[in-house]
Amino acid sequence: MTKYLIKRILMLIPLMIGITLITFSVIHLAPGEPVEMQMAMNPKVGKEAKERLTKFYGLDKPLHEQYFSWVGKIARLDLGRSFSSDNRPVLDKIKERLPVTISLNVIALLLEFGLAIPIGIMAATRSNSWLDKGITVFVFVGFAVPTFWLALLLMYFFGVRLNWLPISGLHTLGSDSWGTARYLLDMAKHLVMPIMVASFGSLAGLSRYMRSAMLNVISQDYITTARAKGLPERVVIYKHALRNALLPLITLLGFSIPGLIGGSVIFETIFAIPGMGQLFYQGVMSRDYPVVMGILVIGAFLTLIGNLIADLSYALADPRIRHGEG
Amino acid sequence: MDFKHSYLNSIFWPRIRRNRLALFGGCVVLALFIISLLAPLVSPYDPNAINAWKVLSPPSWQHWFGTDELGRDVLSRVLYGSRVSLKVGLVAVGIAVSIGTVVGLVSGYYSGLIDATLMRFVDIMLCFPAFFLILAVITFLEPSIWYIMMVIGLTGWMGVARLVRAETLSIREMDYILAARCIGCSNIRIIFRHILPNAVSPVLVAATLGVAGAILTESALSFLGIGVQPPTPSWGNILTSGKDYIEFAWWLSLFPGLAILVTVLAYNLLGEGIRDALDPRVKR
Repeated sequence: MTKYLIKRILMLIPLMIGITLITFSVIHLAPGEPVEMQMAMNPKVGKEAKERLTKFYGLDKPLHEQYFSWVGKIARLDLGRSFSSDNRPVLDKIKERLPVTISLNVIALLLEFGLAIPIGIMAATRSNSWLDKGITVFVFVGFAVPTFWLALLLMYFFGVRLNWLPISGLHTLGSDSWGTARYLLDMAKHLVMPIMVASFGSLAGLSRYMRSAMLNVISQDYITTARAKGLPERVVIYKHALRNALLPLITLLGFSIPGLIGGSVIFETIFAIPGMGQLFYQGVMSRDYPVVMGILVIGAFLTLIGNLIADLSYALADPRIRHGEG
Repeated sequence: MDFKHSYLNSIFWPRIRRNRLALFGGCVVLALFIISLLAPLVSPYDPNAINAWKVLSPPSWQHWFGTDELGRDVLSRVLYGSRVSLKVGLVAVGIAVSIGTVVGLVSGYYSGLIDATLMRFVDIMLCFPAFFLILAVITFLEPSIWYIMMVIGLTGWMGVARLVRAETLSIREMDYILAARCIGCSNIRIIFRHILPNAVSPVLVAATLGVAGAILTESALSFLGIGVQPPTPSWGNILTSGKDYIEFAWWLSLFPGLAILVTVLAYNLLGEGIRDALDPRVKR
């Protein structure tokens, strides 16, 4: 296990270098001199900002020097200053937005797994029944629904038509002066639709995965043995089969992180939630390069950490890796 | 060659034909091709004709899907929008599949250091939330449909590369590859003449499913205003005005979204159908 841990952590180093290399090359994508071209086309970015950009990325120096000085800055968590009028350090901006995005995504993830696991089990244990077929239809439609469209439909029904839920922001204006209970209730109401949209995205895929993992386990010999011993079906499914069926789901948890983080751009923009996704979108629209580059690096590192956690929990959960070989 | 044809005729087509969902998907995909080719003929109005007297009018016999904030016919815009989706889907997936196939073949065939390097590169690319990477790249370029297709393609090849690599690894060990090497075939010839044709089926499935993914991504980008720019109609940018006028005009949000849903569903059903038909383990 220790050996596995060390190996896994050492693997991070080339990945981190790769992430910085790719992010670095993104800024050189613009045709010609990145600064010249973009500034000429984009009056939103003034002359002063251009000088700052040149200085920060060292665009007047040779490529390798640029890269190393930039990586050095990132290692010291210096992501530069935003181009927007507030001119604040990008890191501070990200720091105040990150908790919103992470907590939203964690809630969405919990909801997703909480729903997908029972749905998958139901579909697998009653495979080819009407229920299973219904779930399959739901899964296929779920795959095909664009999340932003789902958000629009929800806004229309629950926000405009029924007027049950607020359609934008995290709080009602002036809710700061309300009591704690009312304040939290207000926030919860604001969060219902964004979380529904965020979790719907991968709910379909996850349930389908759970179903096939479960079907796979059920057909194995040790399940037949358990049944032959005369154990009640409930024990066979929930005690013997479920544990093994859950294992591959841990890996999937790691894979779903980039999708979740990327998806937050969409639902945070639509529902006007002040998270990292919205900041990224605003950065893209106003060509605030330091913000865009900063979030790109942070997003990739978050994914890396998420994958590491998923891999380690897999190792912890799987005795074959925990006790040796891996 | 004969064997291949008999396989197609005796196994593949009957299996596809028996799969009603896949057949449905295939028909919808075909219909979409025809609609986008014949968009000028089948659209009742010019998609860009502005009509100040009919701003935001609800669906009626004259305008089945209603009109938008400039009085343009939404049905015509949706029909023309299928062209964007089709183009983006095919070109983006073409790029992704080409890169993924070459990387997968090379990586699986040569193994060793080349394999390790390429696969690490795949791992690195997978670390970026794809949507972030696409948005970041598009920030530095001006929005245009060509860039979007390229960027979606360049950020979407990793899955194909992994699939093809796995396939290549097993094909490489086959006797006929050894035979080809014995008679002096070059590596390039072995890769493209002997391995590639046998690794095509997973690529075909991934490509069909990939078109669905590319259409979803393009519509999301256009919806956010970073994709296809108005006045060119795309399903995503019609939905942008759907959002702006959500309180008054539900039809602007409903129909383009349904178009995306049906198209993506059709490609997914077709892709799954092809997968089942090609899978030797599925016996029926």
